[in-house]
Amino acid sequence: MDALDLARWQFGITTIYHFLFVPLTIGLSVIVASLQTAWYRTGKHQYLQATKFFGKLFLINFAMGVVTGIVQEFQFGMNWSEYSRFVGDVFGAPLAMEALLAFFLESTFIGLWIFGWDKLPRKVHLACIWAAAIGTNLSAYFILAANAWMRHPVGYTRDPETGRAQLTDIWAVLSNNQAWSTYLHVVSAAFITAGMFVAAVSAYKLWRNRAEAGEGAESRRAGRERELFRATLRAGMVVTLLAGVLAVYSGDHQAKLAAAYEPMKLAAAEAHWETEEGAPFSTFAVGDTEERLNVIDVTVPHVLSFLATGDIDGTVHGMNDLQAEYERLYGEGDYIPNVFVLYWSFRLMIGLGLFSVAVAALGLWLTRRRELPRTRWFYYAAVLSLPTALAANILGWVLTEMGRQPWTVHGELLTAASVSPGVSLGTVAFSLATFTAIYGVLAIVEAGLLWRYIKAGPSHVVPDRDDDEEGTAADAPVPAFVY
Amino acid sequence: MELLPLIWFVAIAVLWVGYLVLEGFDFGVGMLLPVIGRDNTDRRVMINAIGPVWDGNEVWLITAVGAMFAAFPAWYASVFSGFYLPVLVILVALILRGVAFEYRGKGDTARWRAWWDRAIVFGSAAPAVLWGLILANIVRGVPMDADGIVSAGPADLLSPYALLGGLTTLALFALHGAVFLTLKTAGPVRARARAAALRCAVVAVPAAAGFLAWTQLAYGAAWTWPVAAVAAAALVAAVPLVAGGREGWSFTATALAIGASTVVLFGSLFPDVLPSTTDPAYSLTVANASSADYALTVMTWVAVVFLPLVIAYQAWSYWVFRKRVSREHIEPAPAYGGSHTAPGTAADAGAAG
Ligand code: HDD
Ligand code: HEM
Ligand code: HEM
Repeated sequence: MDALDLARWQFGITTIYHFLFVPLTIGLSVIVASLQTAWYRTGKHQYLQATKFFGKLFLINFAMGVVTGIVQEFQFGMNWSEYSRFVGDVFGAPLAMEALLAFFLESTFIGLWIFGWDKLPRKVHLACIWAAAIGTNLSAYFILAANAWMRHPVGYTRDPETGRAQLTDIWAVLSNNQAWSTYLHVVSAAFITAGMFVAAVSAYKLWRNRAEAGEGAESRRAGRERELFRATLRAGMVVTLLAGVLAVYSGDHQAKLAAAYEPMKLAAAEAHWETEEGAPFSTFAVGDTEERLNVIDVTVPHVLSFLATGDIDGTVHGMNDLQAEYERLYGEGDYIPNVFVLYWSFRLMIGLGLFSVAVAALGLWLTRRRELPRTRWFYYAAVLSLPTALAANILGWVLTEMGRQPWTVHGELLTAASVSPGVSLGTVAFSLATFTAIYGVLAIVEAGLLWRYIKAGPSHVVPDRDDDEEGTAADAPVPAFVY
Repeated sequence: MELLPLIWFVAIAVLWVGYLVLEGFDFGVGMLLPVIGRDNTDRRVMINAIGPVWDGNEVWLITAVGAMFAAFPAWYASVFSGFYLPVLVILVALILRGVAFEYRGKGDTARWRAWWDRAIVFGSAAPAVLWGLILANIVRGVPMDADGIVSAGPADLLSPYALLGGLTTLALFALHGAVFLTLKTAGPVRARARAAALRCAVVAVPAAAGFLAWTQLAYGAAWTWPVAAVAAAALVAAVPLVAGGREGWSFTATALAIGASTVVLFGSLFPDVLPSTTDPAYSLTVANASSADYALTVMTWVAVVFLPLVIAYQAWSYWVFRKRVSREHIEPAPAYGGSHTAPGTAADAGAAG
């Protein structure tokens, strides 16, 4: 165990943690803005309740996204100073652009949205949440362009004197095919997750609410709540299903780009040792990484070639050939990433992510006649789909980042050469322990808060009104979300 | 010296001025939470006075650091790996503070709020001290070798000059925050904020005057003398202004004092960005730490187009929330508890109803 290992653990833990909140922020901001648009258009009280209910949950999540993001930005300098020196010229530009174009936009307009309910004209207030949502979705592009550059470096040269990367073409960096492809894939994964969040919360509320019938104020209230959540259940599932189609499409493109730029990653994700034409897709393998071969391998013929090249007889390079080639190009070393982790994270990403999409498709079918399914298992599956979608996001990143090993910048800079030389093992251990402890505690607090708000339901955030369909009471001010 | 690195040095100084002036009052309000806020409603008045803007203010830091990374990668790398532990504490503080603002009002027991209040006080006071400490250390220089690797121990970081720097930012931000509250609140909070401001000034004025003088004498340039004089004069003027109830003017004065002091620090640093006390030849300078011209040109265009836009909409948001916050504006527990169902039990609408 040395400082490098701990720095890697710290980066992995803190980034994965950041990315638990990011997909929800990206997707929920747009969903909440859409709900508010519906309220603005129709004046239906239910839409206001839905906006504020999911808006609250969005804000609880957003706060964590913001504070964990700050850590990310400082961490490059703290733990990866040699990396920062090497890439700053190229990598810093998108990062600074992200702050200037996107973070300012979202943080300012989120503030206006939270506190402006009773201060701004409704139209302006609606524009604020859209500005924040657009800012959020923009911010993702810049950081992903920076990340994509590490996997497929373009638009730069190496300064002959200092050996550092130097930006030569910003458009090449921003229009990197790896950047927009990753963006599409990540944003669709985010919308899968956020759609499922809305659907899972709605399913939970509907299940708890199922027994309500009969007369009386309470059951009228329950009836109204059922109406609301039936609508959001379907809306969430529609989002997930549409995003799911895009995720499969862009994921396939990601695999093709990986085959082109990082063949070792794809080979490792497939436990594919020998170069082959018409290579099969492995569905279950037990390998021996010492002997560099698979002991058991259950495969579907030709599918890997198709995934990687678009041609069922295309050539897919195997790890053994690639290792030999890299040794020739870059010198002695082990260029094979962790095959076990990559193989399973790839499969679980696809499996768990598509499970959520499948539940959404099924749910839309079951509710197609404005009816609610009566079977318990559907509600359980819908609730379960949220953690599986989140897990798919995380596993996708584990695949991406661990598959890039041993490089931080593919072909240019090794991870081992990226770490801060002046930072001791003890220091990194201390900060790793600190972040892990704080993040652990905050995770519990956050989950507890979300849970309480979900249980309390929408009528807590905005009281019910009996004259539901009467349109907006334009004179009734909507209270802000003050602290 | 080439022009573009110089422009970016100035731009980064401007971003730090923006950060310290804006987030300075957020920190001050946070630190003074238990002093000025006697009960929960008062504290909520205080938090709501900065509520709509603190996140936007924090982005000035994110932008300043992002700009350091992009324009002076070697500076960014050496500073943040070199000041590892203080930066770690700042990060922890900012995490706790940000979460506390959002979560404090979402529980309904006094104990819950008391914990988050502590998080706000720590999360505001710690960065207030540590940014002063770090900036002073940057001006003073650190042990650093030819590869830019900093090896500063506690004795370097906690030199008397740096400690005075930390004390200065702590006291200045507390004063600035108290003055901000006199400007932005009404009722008992406003009255107590005025008294608190006068007490903060007792520390802030001598500390800042001493720190500015020390900076000038040890590291200053000729042109920073008048800037330091402006900072000191503004700070001294703030005291009678606050006492006399000229709140807008006193806030302008403390903002000016913080801004001008920051300019003095960056002016004294120039043309270095991180001096080496090991050997001046190893110092990082505006010239040797910067990115190449192309990257800087790109960033210049982005900044020229977007920074004015950012300033415009941030200014608009301050204008939207220009009214004073008072106890009457604070609704009883906005979302959770206090309404028609009790938390946890009957709130579970489906099961209970
Ligand atoms: C719900 C989430 C989800 C779902 C259903 C999928 N993915 Fe994915 N995948 C991600 C969530 C994700 C992710 C977390 O968003 C990643 C991490 C980095 C990235 O670009 O997206 C990712 C990365 C990622 C990569 C690595 C890219 C690289 O390192 O260059 C590949 C090859 C794929 N995906 C391929 C697929 C395929 C072929 C899928 C379906 C058939 C698929 N993904 C479904
Ligand atoms: C948000 C989603 C991301 C996740 C979940 C993620 C995850 C990880 C993980 C797990 C590692 C450790 C890999 C290892 O075992 O060494 C890692 C390393 C790293 N990642 Fe990412 N990453 C993400 C995004 C990014 C982005 C956007 C960047 C750059 C802008 C980035 C830059 C790095 C760097 C510099 C390292 C350290 C060097 C290394 O160990 O590879 N990551 N990341
Ligand atoms: C490792 C590289 C990353 C860095 C340096 C980083 C930086 C940041 C920072 C500084 C914030 C706080 C912004 C604020 O205060 O308003 C933040 C939040 C956020 N980041 Fe990250 N981030 C990283 C990874 C990612 C990735 C990969 C994505 C998206 C695909 C992403 C999307 C977001 C979003 C949506 C937020 C929500 C809150 C907000 O933007 O204000 N981040 N990030």
